Amino acid sequence: MAGLGGGPAAFGRCTHAVVRALPESLCRQALRRSAGPEVDFARAEREHQLYVGVLRGKLGLQVLELPADESLPDCVFVEDVAVVCEETALLTRPGAPSRRKEVEAMKRVLESLNLNIVEMVDENATLDGGDVLFTGREFFVGLSRRTNQRGAEILADTFKDYAVSTVPVHDSLHLKGFCSMAGPNLIAIGSSEAAQKALKTMQQMSDHRYDKLTVPDDAAANCMYLNIPSKGHVLLHRAPEEYPESAKVFEKLKDHMLIPIANTELEKVDGSLTCCAVLINKASEL
Amino acid sequence: MLCLSVVTMTTEVGSETEVKKDSEQLGPDKAKDKPEEASETPENQKSKEASSEEAQDSSLPEPTSQSSPSSQKKQKASPESKGISRFLPPWLKKQKSYTLAEPKDEPKKKATGEEQVIEESESQTPEGVAQPRKSLEEAAENHHNAKADDKEKQSVSSAETPQLVKEDGKEMEVEKVAEKKEENEEEKEKRETKEVQTAEIKTDDIPQKSPKKIKTVQCKVMLLDGTEYSCDLEKRAKGQVLFDKVCEHLNLLEKDYFGLLFYETSEQKNWLDPSKEIKRQIRSLPWIFTFNVKFYPPDPSQLTEDITRYFLCLQLRQDIVSGRLPCSFVTHALLGSYTLQAELGDHDPEEHRRDYISEFQFAPNQTQEMEEKVAELHKTHRGLTPAQADSQFLENAKRLSMYGVDLHHAKDSEGVDIMLGVCANGLLIYKDRLRINRFAWPKILKISYKRSNFYIKVRPAELEQFESTIGFKLPNHRAAKRLWKVCVEHHTFFRLVSPEQPPKAKFLTLGSKFRYSGRTQAQTRQASNLIDRPAPYFERTSSKRVSRSLDGAPMGISDQSLRDFSATGGQAAGDKIIDTEAAGQANLKEGGREDGSPVKTPQLELTQDGKSLEEEITSILFSKEGFGASTRGPFAAASPGPAEGAAGEQTGASAAAAPPPQRHASRAEGPCTGVSNADKSSHETLDIVEEKKQAEFGIEETVVVDETNKGKMQVATDAGETCKVEHLSKKDSSSLPSDSSSSSSSSESEDEEVGEYQPHHRAIEEVIREEQEEEEDMKRKEHEEKIQHVEATPEGSKLNVPVEHTQVTAEDLVQKNTVTVATEEKKLSEEVKQDLGQEKEEEQLKLNGDVSHVDIDVAPQLICCSEPPVVKTEMVTISDATQRTEISTKEIPIVQTETKTITYESSQLDGSAGGDAGMLVSAQTITSESVSTTTTTHITKMVKGGVSETRIEKRIVITGDADIDHDEALAQAIKEAKEQHPDMSVTRVVVHKETEIAEEDEE
Repeated sequence: MAGLGGGPAAFGRCTHAVVRALPESLCRQALRRSAGPEVDFARAEREHQLYVGVLRGKLGLQVLELPADESLPDCVFVEDVAVVCEETALLTRPGAPSRRKEVEAMKRVLESLNLNIVEMVDENATLDGGDVLFTGREFFVGLSRRTNQRGAEILADTFKDYAVSTVPVHDSLHLKGFCSMAGPNLIAIGSSEAAQKALKTMQQMSDHRYDKLTVPDDAAANCMYLNIPSKGHVLLHRAPEEYPESAKVFEKLKDHMLIPIANTELEKVDGSLTCCAVLINKASEL
Repeated sequence: MLCLSVVTMTTEVGSETEVKKDSEQLGPDKAKDKPEEASETPENQKSKEASSEEAQDSSLPEPTSQSSPSSQKKQKASPESKGISRFLPPWLKKQKSYTLAEPKDEPKKKATGEEQVIEESESQTPEGVAQPRKSLEEAAENHHNAKADDKEKQSVSSAETPQLVKEDGKEMEVEKVAEKKEENEEEKEKRETKEVQTAEIKTDDIPQKSPKKIKTVQCKVMLLDGTEYSCDLEKRAKGQVLFDKVCEHLNLLEKDYFGLLFYETSEQKNWLDPSKEIKRQIRSLPWIFTFNVKFYPPDPSQLTEDITRYFLCLQLRQDIVSGRLPCSFVTHALLGSYTLQAELGDHDPEEHRRDYISEFQFAPNQTQEMEEKVAELHKTHRGLTPAQADSQFLENAKRLSMYGVDLHHAKDSEGVDIMLGVCANGLLIYKDRLRINRFAWPKILKISYKRSNFYIKVRPAELEQFESTIGFKLPNHRAAKRLWKVCVEHHTFFRLVSPEQPPKAKFLTLGSKFRYSGRTQAQTRQASNLIDRPAPYFERTSSKRVSRSLDGAPMGISDQSLRDFSATGGQAAGDKIIDTEAAGQANLKEGGREDGSPVKTPQLELTQDGKSLEEEITSILFSKEGFGASTRGPFAAASPGPAEGAAGEQTGASAAAAPPPQRHASRAEGPCTGVSNADKSSHETLDIVEEKKQAEFGIEETVVVDETNKGKMQVATDAGETCKVEHLSKKDSSSLPSDSSSSSSSSESEDEEVGEYQPHHRAIEEVIREEQEEEEDMKRKEHEEKIQHVEATPEGSKLNVPVEHTQVTAEDLVQKNTVTVATEEKKLSEEVKQDLGQEKEEEQLKLNGDVSHVDIDVAPQLICCSEPPVVKTEMVTISDATQRTEISTKEIPIVQTETKTITYESSQLDGSAGGDAGMLVSAQTITSESVSTTTTTHITKMVKGGVSETRIEKRIVITGDADIDHDEALAQAIKEAKEQHPDMSVTRVVVHKETEIAEEDEE
């Protein structure tokens, strides 16, 4: 029986992924931290399809794809509206009011998966899934413009087995804007001052010592680790065309099956690799 | 007992001779004093008798209470008849009697001796905790050897472990012997106590003892499986005896992870200190304990025996059901299913119908859904043996984030409610459920508490230069102390290879002497590797018990009042003060910085503190009086359990009570004092004194300290110079005024209970290396060294800093420290002189405090060296910088008692040393007695070569119970002495601490 996620060894296991198609409204209405080049919708869609294709085709996950909702320009970033750990899913209350309705569709799909669902109803709480880093041993929750203390508390209440530490986040939309898990015990971290500072905080707060993989580009530090039974360690990371230096760092991971993924368009609206999927490990029913 | 002699001299007094005198003086002086005391004494004693046991808890003088009524009567009856001559012989007699007695005991002692040695070596707390035992249990002869052994063992530490194991095996066998020992101890204690007070009595008592003795108390221990174990314990039994009995009953060998809890109130639980007598720790009468896991092994799979894991499982099930160990629904179900597997075996569809699960409790809020899930999971564990199921249970439970985290309510510096969690790896800070900070042990340089404040000094972060001190506010000082103790214990158990030596002769120290005395995890692991026995059979009982409330009966209702009292005292300062205090401390002690910002000049703060101090002092006094009154009520009533409990538990209360008496006494004496004063400033002094408590010009103050310490210490202080004995703290006494003293870093300890613990990071190297902080350490050391130099400079306030650093660094530095101290003292004294008046006093305190700190740190090691062979007597002399730094040991001819004498001599002594006799102009002796203290003041006026010298010697005998904060009382006494004679300088402080080995009287 896998208790507590079956321990670190089971970290990254996943059977299902929830994704959502991108609405055309994304190009103009999606929230973005800074103005910049317009999103090429067609290209964005292509990249996203590739991404979903990898999850479904290459990794064999059951991908549940929600339809786009034009009234929700940011709906493609499903990660922010649900945090799933083991059998429990916390539906968040996104920091951006315009995104709160994204939760509804997510709720339906998670219910269909028979997960224990917890909803964040406290009106003082905000939490974006992008601020939640689960390491397999504990949670780090970035306190950002999108996530507040109360949101973190509710997350801690939801996942009682784990320590939940808060990490102040500056100069980034989300905690996972500059870091992510690149392996069971490996934190990929960007090189910026903000990223390094956050890493220090995390190291101090943790009873566990993680290895770190420092990449030159903060954005590239957001990668997706999966542990697929037939394939072992799988890492989706940003393509060399986008971040060549960072890609070189990833390429040194010999034990990983590396899958470069381009995410140029969505990045314009602060999208990252982890943003676009909620990974779920649904233990096969006994 | 603590005897404090404070010698105040205007000019000077002979140095060395005096020291000897002091040690001996106890007898003679008392005799002298007695006549005068006579009128007062009887009353006090009576009251003491009446209160008897209960009184012990409070600040009432232990010796008196201990000595049999008859002996007391004798004292009363023939106070005058006792001449010096009488007293002197008794000492000798004592020795003889001892020797005679010893042969009988020898066989036992030897047996015990071994054990003790072993234990001590194991625990490696030779001094503080171990000492009392030694003195009691070991024959004087063995003593020396034993100590030597200890030292060696200590130094070796890791190497020792093998021995430990062997010992383990022996332990069980030896237990019986141990009990016998204790009996012996009782006798000895009686003797010693008497010694302190009067030699004659001792002789008399010895015959009496043999018939008496065994008084037993029934103990109940709630076991983890919900059953109850009860046994009769000798009243004077130490915690270890009970613990060993329980473990034997449980057939548990890996017992170092466990402990006994008792409840002060329904919510306040304390760990029973194995090294102390139970009755000193638990005041209320039914002795009820719960057997619990104290240190949760991070990796239960490394436990050697299944039975140990079983008990750990039981504990965790309790923790889970009570909600202390939160877990998710899924985890509740999973753990519950393993519990079923362990206790019921494979799921049997026939036998295990639907509700079989409802009998068990798995979670605080158990739902039908959960039970179904449990049942479902139970089916999947088919084939697991109970031991395997337990192991699985533990493998999952250990990953829970709150596994093994001991939570304490607190507030941060901004008054925000937080929780402090102590665990194997360090200290965790939670706000609500969120972890907001974490301080791994390697990162913590010092842990201390003062009043209701708890402080940790943290290594500088990478880019920072200074350590920072972080303060937390706990609900009351008892809570602060409890947290501090838990931290000390956890640090020692999990981080160190072997326990640290407790600060030894602390009298000059501030703060609690408490140290963890058991085995560390490293030691217990090694020991358990050698366990060689077939796996013991044990029955797993049903978990129904889990639903049962395991909390002990609330004890000591009165405690609350006490607590409140103390709390209020502490709160007087207010939150703001707290902050300032923290800052002040940081500044003072560390040159510190709060939150990283270096503050190097504490002076401003100091003054502020000073003011607050006075205020506080006043308030404290009031409170004390009130306290005393309240306490007495119960005692007189001889009310049984609760009342006692309250009184007892509240050490603080007792401590508080103790000081006041002295003051009263002093007032009474005040007039007399006028007699002779030093040429210099006696006048000023007088005024001051009168305001506060009337000046006494007493010559000797003997502070009798507690049983806890079980040692007699004579402290000779120069009033003028300020050696303050701040004492530390042992228990909760909030009595000392000084919070305010935040100003004085040192002073912290004095007032209330203060405790400091500086983790020596001789921890397991591997661990350390693992930690990031390694690098930091290196840096830090360098930093520290620098700091030390700085410290050398003359600022009183900085003194502490050096010491601390040194400690951290290495033991080798001891010598250095000593030197530093001396210098510092000078500075201090200078400062003191400059400031006259109240502020001066306060500052002195501070200064003194600092000094004392130093002493504390340094002293222990020094003392070790100095111990004489047979007799457990230690004398350490720390001379001023002016004088050469010397540490000399002296033997004091008291055989039976465990005695430590620490002398502080100021530079002023020099003159006297050379001294011509001079002409005696006048001499006067005044004695006053209060509940827990006896103050004898001897004033001598001499004319030497045209210079008149007034010498005032005060002997203060503090008698009290384990819980009395002797250190504090001592500090108070010294402080008072100074206050009374501001113009004079303290030339010597001798603290004579005598451990009473047997406390006899009962009720």
